[in-house]
Amino acid sequence: MRFIGMAHIIEGRAHLYGDNIDTDAIIAGKYTKTLNLRSLADHVLEDLDPDFRNRVRPGDILVAGSNFGCGSSREQAPLALKTAGVAAVIAKYFARIFFRNAINIGLPVLEVADYQIAAGDTLALDLTAGRVRNLTQKVDFKTAGLPAVMIDILRSGGLVNYLKKNGAYAIDQ
Amino acid sequence: MGQTVAEKIISAHAGKPVYRDDLVVARVDQTMASDTTAPLAIKAFEGMGGSRVWDPRRCVLVIDHAAPAPNERVADLHAMMRRFAAEQKCRLFDIGEGICHQLMVEQSIARPGQLVIGADSHSCTYGAVGAMGAGVGSTDLAAVWLTGRIWLRVPKTIKIEVTGSLRRGVQGKDLILTIVGKIGIAGATYRSMEFCGPAIVGLPLSERLTIANMAIEAGAKTGFVDPQGLRLPYEFEAVVADSDADYEQVMTITASDISPMLSRPHAPDQVVAVDALAGKPVDYAFIGTCVNGRLEDLHIAAEILRGSRIDPGTRLIIGPASRQVFRDAVNDGTVEILSAAGATFIPPGCGPCVGTHNGVPGSGETVISAGNRNFKGRMGNPEADIYLASPATVAASAREGRFTNPLNFIGT
Repeated sequence: MRFIGMAHIIEGRAHLYGDNIDTDAIIAGKYTKTLNLRSLADHVLEDLDPDFRNRVRPGDILVAGSNFGCGSSREQAPLALKTAGVAAVIAKYFARIFFRNAINIGLPVLEVADYQIAAGDTLALDLTAGRVRNLTQKVDFKTAGLPAVMIDILRSGGLVNYLKKNGAYAIDQ
Repeated sequence: MGQTVAEKIISAHAGKPVYRDDLVVARVDQTMASDTTAPLAIKAFEGMGGSRVWDPRRCVLVIDHAAPAPNERVADLHAMMRRFAAEQKCRLFDIGEGICHQLMVEQSIARPGQLVIGADSHSCTYGAVGAMGAGVGSTDLAAVWLTGRIWLRVPKTIKIEVTGSLRRGVQGKDLILTIVGKIGIAGATYRSMEFCGPAIVGLPLSERLTIANMAIEAGAKTGFVDPQGLRLPYEFEAVVADSDADYEQVMTITASDISPMLSRPHAPDQVVAVDALAGKPVDYAFIGTCVNGRLEDLHIAAEILRGSRIDPGTRLIIGPASRQVFRDAVNDGTVEILSAAGATFIPPGCGPCVGTHNGVPGSGETVISAGNRNFKGRMGNPEADIYLASPATVAASAREGRFTNPLNFIGT
């Protein structure tokens, strides 16, 4: 992840998954009772794609279909992905709690209704502009964009640092 | 302009009238975290620079997801929660006291009109008593502990009008499985659901809790059961939607058409009638969880199993939703009937439903569970197939050793 002026760019290799990936599939309940984040990463996507944890490289981008992260509210799910090296997740849309959790722990998530991405393609995400570029196939996609407060939280590295700095949410009342 | 229940409750907590899609910061009445989510929340709270929670009377901790501790790592996390609760002077329910959502309602903590934020996805259960319950993760919860507030997008609302009445032996579970099957696992994402209509009015609290509990299984942020007919052990003023409230969608379901239902592996919205799969052998039957571990659920199981034995090829595990439920079931003879029929009781808690302990299925086994989720691996073994059903269907299937329509055993 790097910042170019105000732009917030993430560049990485795509891993492709389908619809309705639930949080039990991302990290099974039996592994969630820990504060050791490395041990979460060791079991990430275990029941869905046992080899993912060996293939993933720091900076990679997960690309999924609709309703990514449905089910349990476990924040261990985005933490497992982030600790395994995933730099961002793109999905057609996310389950509500996963979306909040990802932003809160500083894992960028972008909703792209329609995309043309193959496994292994290199993508460049501009969070501020809300744009995804497939560098391999040389095509651009529009994203739903993120409200300013969420971009601020991501720039702070998550809600913990954001609140440490600001003490409260900066949303116009 | 008329408001939905969610719009009314959020307005009252944001200090101004709000409508769907507004992004607001709202005051929170109660919070809840379990042993899956509290340890990370405590770490996040300390990371935010928090020293005292904003209001200890509004912070509830529950040790239920892996209780009693199955290993030393979990035992240490439980100790961390006890320490935090003692330091912060907030309420902690320890092992065996019950499942978080059951306790929040049974102990009259979640009440009508409140905004309750729980670090557990089934926090939508509180909509059974007219509270807006919304599930969040650990860091969000820590932020509420720190500030007493949360940011929310006001949800659109889907209204579900249930006409007629449920046949005896057809439970709230069959109704909500039918609804989740129709709407789909993501059909209510970011939405509020309002369950109303003649079939809802006559339902006891236990069935209302079952219905609200599974709103999340359609992706909903929250869900409300119409308070008409609701009885609580205290005086309350119910929040009802305005007659000209703006609904995104209105759906009608005929309750009398509903038969006992099953949800097939590996998602709660894969719903079929029990009759479509009748006769399929069952290895493991489970009654319990925040959706169906209440006294009324044990009663209907006892009605089906009274004087008989479960099939020798099947095991039946029962986890009461709380210590109070267990004691009531001991005192009225229900535990004796079920135990004599071959059921194994486990301590009140989440146990098998989250795959931590107290009943992990074997590879290749078929499980019929009165729980709310059947994702692959949910109960701790990705090689097991989990079917969701009502407690009546689970009891009937345990008795016969195969998927069985409970209406065969229910007197009319």
